[in-house]
Amino acid sequence: MTKTAQRRPVQATTVRPVPAHPVPKGRGRRRLADQAHAYAFLLGGLICFALFSWYPAIRAVVIAFQKYTPGSSPEWVGTDNFSRVLQDPEFAAAWRNTLTFTLLALLIGFAVPFVLALVLNEVRHAKAFFRVVVYLPVMIPPVVSALLWKWFYDPGAGLANEALRFAHLPTSNWSNGADTALVSLVIVATWANMGGTVLIYLAALQSVPGELYEAAELDGANLWQRIRHVTIPQTRFVILMLMLLQIIATMQVFTEPFVITGGGPENATVTVLYLIYKYAFLYNDFGGACALSLMLLVVLGLFSALYLRLTRFEGEA
Amino acid sequence: MSTRTLVSPAALGRPGGKVTYWTVFTVVLVLFTAAFLFPVYWMVTGAAKSPDEVARTPPTLVPEHWRSSGFTDAWDLMQLPRILGNTVVQAAGAWLFQLVLCTAAAYALSKLRPAFGTVILGAVLATLMVPAQALVVPKYLTVADLPLIHTSLLNDPLAIWLPAVANAFNLYLLKRFFDQIPRDVLEAAEIDGAGRLRTLWSIVLPMSRPVLGVVSIFALVAVWQDFLWPLMVFSDTGKQPISVALVQLSQNIPLTVLIAAMVIASIPMVALFLVFQRHIIAGISAGSTKG
Repeated sequence: MTKTAQRRPVQATTVRPVPAHPVPKGRGRRRLADQAHAYAFLLGGLICFALFSWYPAIRAVVIAFQKYTPGSSPEWVGTDNFSRVLQDPEFAAAWRNTLTFTLLALLIGFAVPFVLALVLNEVRHAKAFFRVVVYLPVMIPPVVSALLWKWFYDPGAGLANEALRFAHLPTSNWSNGADTALVSLVIVATWANMGGTVLIYLAALQSVPGELYEAAELDGANLWQRIRHVTIPQTRFVILMLMLLQIIATMQVFTEPFVITGGGPENATVTVLYLIYKYAFLYNDFGGACALSLMLLVVLGLFSALYLRLTRFEGEA
Repeated sequence: MSTRTLVSPAALGRPGGKVTYWTVFTVVLVLFTAAFLFPVYWMVTGAAKSPDEVARTPPTLVPEHWRSSGFTDAWDLMQLPRILGNTVVQAAGAWLFQLVLCTAAAYALSKLRPAFGTVILGAVLATLMVPAQALVVPKYLTVADLPLIHTSLLNDPLAIWLPAVANAFNLYLLKRFFDQIPRDVLEAAEIDGAGRLRTLWSIVLPMSRPVLGVVSIFALVAVWQDFLWPLMVFSDTGKQPISVALVQLSQNIPLTVLIAAMVIASIPMVALFLVFQRHIIAGISAGSTKG
């Protein structure tokens, strides 16, 4: 069907007179053939976007107000799903954990890569080596990183406690302690994802014009003053972008808590996405899961909107 | 090559500067090796140790005997050939579907001026604003019971392949690249009698090799590393990819075997990275400065 639709106009174009520069408004029939062509190319992608992006977005809103069990017809229940989810003690825990995780990831995963990139930009030897090494953990599958660190955090023969013992420091419960579990997961996520951030910072640093540093130095600015008054203002935009992207990414954290702690101990590492997963696949409560998804979507949507707004603004300026 | 950075070349040339530079260099080298390479080294050597040796405190820095039984056990006990086969099929299919359908759609949006093209592009880009993971439950429900045809794609690689196409980032990357190809080039091909498919195949695609490479790597890596989506979609243990199988099996197999399986699971991605590191690193760095 589509194949014949594609073939025929091919011959038509060969006979057609050569168009002048911007394609002129041809006769209706030719335009129709052009449109059929364009849509033949678009069709596959369009169907996939419709099915797996646009339709689920609409359904999330619909199901959030329904009692939905696969196989039986859904019932409208108003805001029941929302009130049920809000009363769940895990709800508050999940949001608290997610926000703490995001904040900690921002503190650690934000300053450290910037400093690393600053130093790497000054290094004049083995540049390629450093770049490869810092990006290596990103290429290791996240599940492997999580399992690897779960083993490191093992209270018995785990590497983390061995290192502390080696340095004659008191050992820690790491991911098994209610108060240290979340920080332990932030360390894993930072280790696994830092490479990309460092590389992007490095690229941004390389675009800082050298004359600015020279001028600053002539004015008597020391190292710290040059960082503060040249480097940071010059890379301000990239820093802000990466910060927003990181917030959006870390608020959707799932693999680390699922693999390393299973949400425990005492719900200390249940995240919002983890709770969504639990509602859907443990409680079989898809209405509740969609209500939660919708809340997460609104919060993340705000950050996304801010991100797009800023990138567009900077693009025009 | 020598662009001026934070520290001036003159300052580095001074005797004191040289000492400081090499001190900083050594510290950075040790720090990077300890932070990023050592955990990986620990994983590889852990897989080569005996079960006793892995559990020993204080641990041995180098295995007493380099054993390969962890790897062979993982290969046989965990049925890694089948699991890796599943992963390869899922990744390759997703790559192919994305390459064909995203390229065609991006070409249409960039050069064929479809009616409502800007509306479609807007709707595609809007999905960038919606974080993918937040919609994973309604997406699962859609895949479990496709609208109109009421078929379930659960436990079918199509459940990975088709949603992979709905990747706004890759589509946009391709479209932006196609936008840069001058219209004159395409018109010249048209004058020579090439149809749109022919133009795409013989003119546009050969010119787009760099961007196709980037999209290919992104597509393969994304499927190989994904966890939540395959965890939801493949309940049948015989069809699960490596990431899901590792977690499901991690509870009841010996530690050394698990670690060996983790090493094996990482090899394809690390190899891909080492081979294409220049392109990958350049791609990441370039993506940022454009904004």
